Amino acid sequence: MKVAIASGKGGTGKTTLAVNLALRTAETMDVSLLDLDVEEPNSGIFIQGEQIECQNIYRKVPIWKQESCTLCGKCVNLCQFNAILKLGDTILVLPELCHSCYACSELCPSSALPMQNMVLGQLKHYRYGKLSFIESKLEIGVEMASPLIRQTLDFAKIINSKVKYQFQDCSPGASCAVITATKDADFILLVTEPTPFGLYDLNLAVETMRHLGKPMAVVVNRVGIGNDEVFSYCEAQGLPVWARFPNQREIAELYSRGELVYSVVEAFCQGIDQIISELENIRNKL
Amino acid sequence: MKEIVIISGKGGTGKTSVAAALASVAQNTVIADCDVDAADMHLILKPKIKHSDNFYSGVKAKIETRLCVSCGECERICRFNAIIHTSGTYTVNLLDCEGCGYCYNICPAGAINLVEQLVGQYFLSDTKLGSKLAHAQLGIGADNSGKLVATVKKEAKIAAFRNQIDYILVDGSPGIGCPVISSLSGADFVLLVTEPTRSGLCDLQRVWELTTKFKIPAGCIINKKDINLPISEEITQYLQKNGIYLVCSLPYDNDFSQAITTGQSLVEYNPSKWKKLFVNIWKTITKELI
Repeated sequence: MKVAIASGKGGTGKTTLAVNLALRTAETMDVSLLDLDVEEPNSGIFIQGEQIECQNIYRKVPIWKQESCTLCGKCVNLCQFNAILKLGDTILVLPELCHSCYACSELCPSSALPMQNMVLGQLKHYRYGKLSFIESKLEIGVEMASPLIRQTLDFAKIINSKVKYQFQDCSPGASCAVITATKDADFILLVTEPTPFGLYDLNLAVETMRHLGKPMAVVVNRVGIGNDEVFSYCEAQGLPVWARFPNQREIAELYSRGELVYSVVEAFCQGIDQIISELENIRNKL
Repeated sequence: MKEIVIISGKGGTGKTSVAAALASVAQNTVIADCDVDAADMHLILKPKIKHSDNFYSGVKAKIETRLCVSCGECERICRFNAIIHTSGTYTVNLLDCEGCGYCYNICPAGAINLVEQLVGQYFLSDTKLGSKLAHAQLGIGADNSGKLVATVKKEAKIAAFRNQIDYILVDGSPGIGCPVISSLSGADFVLLVTEPTRSGLCDLQRVWELTTKFKIPAGCIINKKDINLPISEEITQYLQKNGIYLVCSLPYDNDFSQAITTGQSLVEYNPSKWKKLFVNIWKTITKELI
């Protein structure tokens, strides 16, 4: 079962939840955690696993072969992303704008734009007991996160065939990177905090997930700050709230040091176990 | 006209709280909320929309079933698996289509059109503080947020130019991807807001590595400093080593969430505690660092 952990607002506790949930579950069963927040992956800070694999992830972009080019300009007209420019008798490819659709390459009458690899980022695979942990990191300066997320999910599909849960730590927001990271998930856990920012962004995330037709539940962090509006919202929207984690300085301090919370804070551990039991109910029905 | 951009790498470090507090004390400044995926500034600044416009970006393929000869060429060449094929009928999955137009160009029956996409809206508003705010709303799951960021910044620049305003204060998004890259382009100063956590430091390093590609002077605010003093010290050293000016450190303080909850900036919520501090921060940035 694939469980994506998302949130509209950043810094609400996605990674804390993902890491603690994955490691707690891994005490009794085979699970996997994917860090799909590829722009700023942080799950790895909390997991000291044994590295099994490390590989560069590429995507294909065209490269101009001057000797074959007739300067017909077809590629310039074809490209919807303005990634190919014709400057005098030179064709200039802007790889950061390219979506790797292959149209220019395959429709070039003189085969002057073969595709070649461009580094998107790096994927690392770790093992820690029953946990298989996969982390992808976007190369700095690369604009598009989605192709790297897609390839990380493809990699996981091959090696994670036997796990009971695949947890997916997503990036904040509601943009294309979030869609890519949640599209194939069976269930979405939305993490929020009880402030107007948390609520406004939660609503964006809920609408996005509804658009994808995903079942979901909400986890509220830092309960005690802000107000109760997030709870009335969830009730009105028919969204189950699976856990309420208290606003404790101790939790923030553990997180700041890169340490696990569930093994130290009893109330937090109970919340995690509650989430696991809710997930087990769903998984057993699948 | 000078542009100051606030980014953080990590989400939830307090970017918008800092931006709203600065907006409360900054004179002569247009505010731009460029966290277009999850824009929250309006919850504090309570803008009255004066001008709004549709944001069109990119195209998506549409198959005219009437003309389709079911040859399957589009499905074969699509690198995004966006063509759905059920019992001889071909349709486009709009979530997967990236609008490259390859299918449109090779369809032998001319059955595919490219349709322009309305993916969001952008606004120019008057805030309750009397300043102008450029902001936007991106549709669900829409890509091209980088392009919308550029549009919002342009809107802010036009407003600043027309009203002879000297500064633009940009609240950026988390991460290091296209919206962040877009918010950095053309900026005169970057204000990094970080927190002393392992994640905060890692993310600061990545976003700084990106910022150096733009060669923009930078300052940093360490928020929630006392949550982890050793890491705060590590961050301070990192800033020194990289020539980033430490603008100030802020305490872990409930005023942050309380101010948001009452729909106010820190400066409005508790002026005796925060006003002087943010006036000084703004002065330091505009008078000494730019």
